[in-house]
Amino acid sequence: MAEDATSEHPHHLLEMTGLSKSFPGVRALDQVNLTLHAGEVLALLGENGAGKSTLIKILGGVYAPDAGKICIDGETVDLTSPTGAQQAGIGIIFQEFNLVPALSARENIFLGQESSSLSWINKGQEHAKARELFDRIGVQVDPEALCQDLTVAQQQVVEIAKALALNARIVVMDEPTAALTPQEVEGLYEIVDELRRLNIGVIYISHRLDEIDRLADRIMILRDGRHIGTRDPESLSRNEMIEMMVGRSLENEFPREERSVGESRFVVENLCRGSRVKDISFTVAKGEILGVAGLVGAGRTEMARLLFGADRRTGGTITLDGRELSIRSPRQAIAEGICLLTEDRKGQGLVLGHTVQENFALPNLRHFMYGPFISKSRETAAFKSYIDQIQIKITGGEQIAETLSGGNQQKVVLAKWLQRNADVIIFDEPTRGIDVGAKYEIYLLMNELSRQGKAIIMISSELTEILGMSDRILVIREGSAAGCLVNRGISQEDLMKLATGADAGRKTVMQG
Amino acid sequence: MKSNKYMRALFRDYGMVFVLLALCGLVSIATIADHHPSDVAAGRQLANQLSSQAGTEINVLIVAREVPSTDEAFALALKEQLQSNGANVLGVELGDPRSVRARLEDLGRQKIRVDYIATHNFSSNWGVLHTDKLKALGTTFPTLKKVRKVRPKSHRWPIFLTASNLRKVLDQNAPTAIVAIGMTLVIITAGIDLSVGSMVALASVITAITIRDLFGGASASGMDVTLAYGLTMLVCAGVGMLVGVFVTVFKVPPFVVTLGLMMVARGAAYFIADEASAIPLSSVAGNKLLYDSNLLGIQNQIPIMILLFVMAHVLMNHTAYGRYVYAVGGNVTSARLSGVPVVFVVISVYTICSLLSGFAGILETSHHQAGLMSAGNLLELKAIAAVVVGGTSLMGGEGKIFGTFIGVLILGVIENGLNTAGAHLGLEGVQKMGLEQVIYGALILVAVLIDQLKKKVVKPAAN
Repeated sequence: MAEDATSEHPHHLLEMTGLSKSFPGVRALDQVNLTLHAGEVLALLGENGAGKSTLIKILGGVYAPDAGKICIDGETVDLTSPTGAQQAGIGIIFQEFNLVPALSARENIFLGQESSSLSWINKGQEHAKARELFDRIGVQVDPEALCQDLTVAQQQVVEIAKALALNARIVVMDEPTAALTPQEVEGLYEIVDELRRLNIGVIYISHRLDEIDRLADRIMILRDGRHIGTRDPESLSRNEMIEMMVGRSLENEFPREERSVGESRFVVENLCRGSRVKDISFTVAKGEILGVAGLVGAGRTEMARLLFGADRRTGGTITLDGRELSIRSPRQAIAEGICLLTEDRKGQGLVLGHTVQENFALPNLRHFMYGPFISKSRETAAFKSYIDQIQIKITGGEQIAETLSGGNQQKVVLAKWLQRNADVIIFDEPTRGIDVGAKYEIYLLMNELSRQGKAIIMISSELTEILGMSDRILVIREGSAAGCLVNRGISQEDLMKLATGADAGRKTVMQG
Repeated sequence: MKSNKYMRALFRDYGMVFVLLALCGLVSIATIADHHPSDVAAGRQLANQLSSQAGTEINVLIVAREVPSTDEAFALALKEQLQSNGANVLGVELGDPRSVRARLEDLGRQKIRVDYIATHNFSSNWGVLHTDKLKALGTTFPTLKKVRKVRPKSHRWPIFLTASNLRKVLDQNAPTAIVAIGMTLVIITAGIDLSVGSMVALASVITAITIRDLFGGASASGMDVTLAYGLTMLVCAGVGMLVGVFVTVFKVPPFVVTLGLMMVARGAAYFIADEASAIPLSSVAGNKLLYDSNLLGIQNQIPIMILLFVMAHVLMNHTAYGRYVYAVGGNVTSARLSGVPVVFVVISVYTICSLLSGFAGILETSHHQAGLMSAGNLLELKAIAAVVVGGTSLMGGEGKIFGTFIGVLILGVIENGLNTAGAHLGLEGVQKMGLEQVIYGALILVAVLIDQLKKKVVKPAAN
């Protein structure tokens, strides 16, 4: 795509050499080298825990490296603080934005750039400057709109504008598409292209390989804190990419199994809640994986919450194995054999400050009782079996959940529900923010659950995942079921059309 | 690496134990003073000491004050031990300087030889027993010429570290400690209960009123009193449940609910009592029993408090209920989605907290033999302070019952230390109270600071 910029500049825009950083017990980075040219997009790939975040935080002046050198335009810089990094021309867009919700886009962009606390703010000038920045990015956001009223994508644009306002020449994006809808992702690609045109060096981190294919000029892969290699996308197949990341070869990104689906177990009819969920009906058969697709905000998560009793449904029946369930709370749903793996692991799936074993045991305490008391040894024994079975990488049951990587957190959540031995398992975005290797293991587990005859519902925004794993696909649009397709010969476009309603006339293959 | 981990865990979970020990050391040093033993043991010891020094061929007169329990026991023990050692006890004079003088003159007139006057520190300082006075007597009466006085050896020892003082620390803080148990549960669920002090007062008044007006007044039997206690606990349980309902069903912040209740309960205590100061119950024997019967030889509320701590510890660490309480405080959404009965848990912790406050109120009523509407004044602050100092996070989700016990003791030792050492340091009453508050406040700030710091230390950098 972009020509090699080295010929034009005597120095690389950014050069990091021999970078090392250790934390107690962890070697997060080990002799890592990185080069970035002006006007190129360098994709940084690696599993969670590979050292990407540490690398970025060093670049952002959050951590000081133990060893190594950082040069910008051939000059050694010392990034000792976030402000220092900003002054060096580095702008970092973290997954969690650093925006003040109650301030406007304009105020956020210029926050901290006032010459002194008492300096007069020229609103008109700032407004014009903000407009100009948005023009440069190619997206219009009202500079006076409060950040809390902006969509996630718009907030991201504000973050990028903020970086540009500080004259950033290096922009780092950490999983920028994680919370975006497919249309918004398209918008982001254009922004990245625009940054490239502005001769800005972009370091782009993502777990979604599609995005890497679309955007990257070069791909750098980290594993266990070490630099595994930097390649051109043309010379690197997807399987090679995964192999370099994971350190072993995965036969297939999606290990879907051909299976014969049994009789229907879980029947939902006319599920309603106000205007959010309207009259949704579907069935899930024994051993079937039902994919649920749809745009963000279409009502997929809301539907799952109704099935789990997290919200009260205003209408509809839920039947499991021929018996109608009266579910009014998660506690009842769990007792009836339904479990939900929430999309928000940190906020809803785990008690982050507690140990992984306590998290694991929470819905299963009655399995570990010895009279009125909890038997710690039974609890430990049960948890140990899952550590091995689903390969949770932890130092022990006493590790605090907060300190685990996303993939391992998800595995702890999984373990807790596996122990529960539920009949219906609802996965809401099961692999969001999880690295390729752990993703693959979670898919294998889904297959295993399917073999056990569970009814599985998998909500996902990643269409490749939906198409890669589901037997049938339920598409939700604006709170209603837009269609239910058998997953045979369907393309992503078919799903998108159904999800957006762009092709309302198309005949859909309905399945009872 | 490993030992480092344990050290860290020790510091994290039990760091406050070291603070308590350091504090005890400090207070001990500040309260070192001369001790003049005058109990049964001192009497025996003095007898043996005398026998081994002077042999058995001695005539001894024992002198002490006319105080039935202490001096008499001392004198009796002294006498019995001397006699069994073979010495001749001329008599035991329990009285005052005048009677001692008369007794000595009497002995002198009868020409009975007196070798030793055995006494304790207090009486040995009577003018009549001064050496020159004894000499003067010796010139008048020859048989008294060689008389010498002996008393138990004095020694230096911290007033703080005496059994009676340590018992006092526990006894005085038992009601606070019992309330602090409930407060710990509430704070672990990320709540707060400001009403505990007022509930103590309300419970005290209700107990007194029901005994006086419903259960036979002065002639109330043990059964009547028990019924009155039960009724009080019932009312407290109801109030606690109501708080829980406000917090869960109506989603009112616990701070606000309990702030309101704090005023309502205190006001209600005064209103119901309709008395100027207190509702006296001194004539009700059954009510005294709870505090006074001292089944284990110490004030009943000490073993009751310890029992409650043990029960709470087991509840919080070894039962599903305890796990649920921690989970609700750690992340209420996640707890709910894991099937934890959140509403039940929250209502129950406020009920338990209110019940324990009510129980503390009953103990106070029994102790002071009156219904006190001023009971538990500012107790909520002391209880919260104890919980926080004990390492429970106000953010919820973490905390230890044992830590709260240590927290209560730390506050108690400071109070006791200022009382016992206050005189040494020349502190006046108001100054002492002021200093106590300053130290309490500083301690809370330090505890919260430590909480923040250890979070930084213990949490490894997330990658």
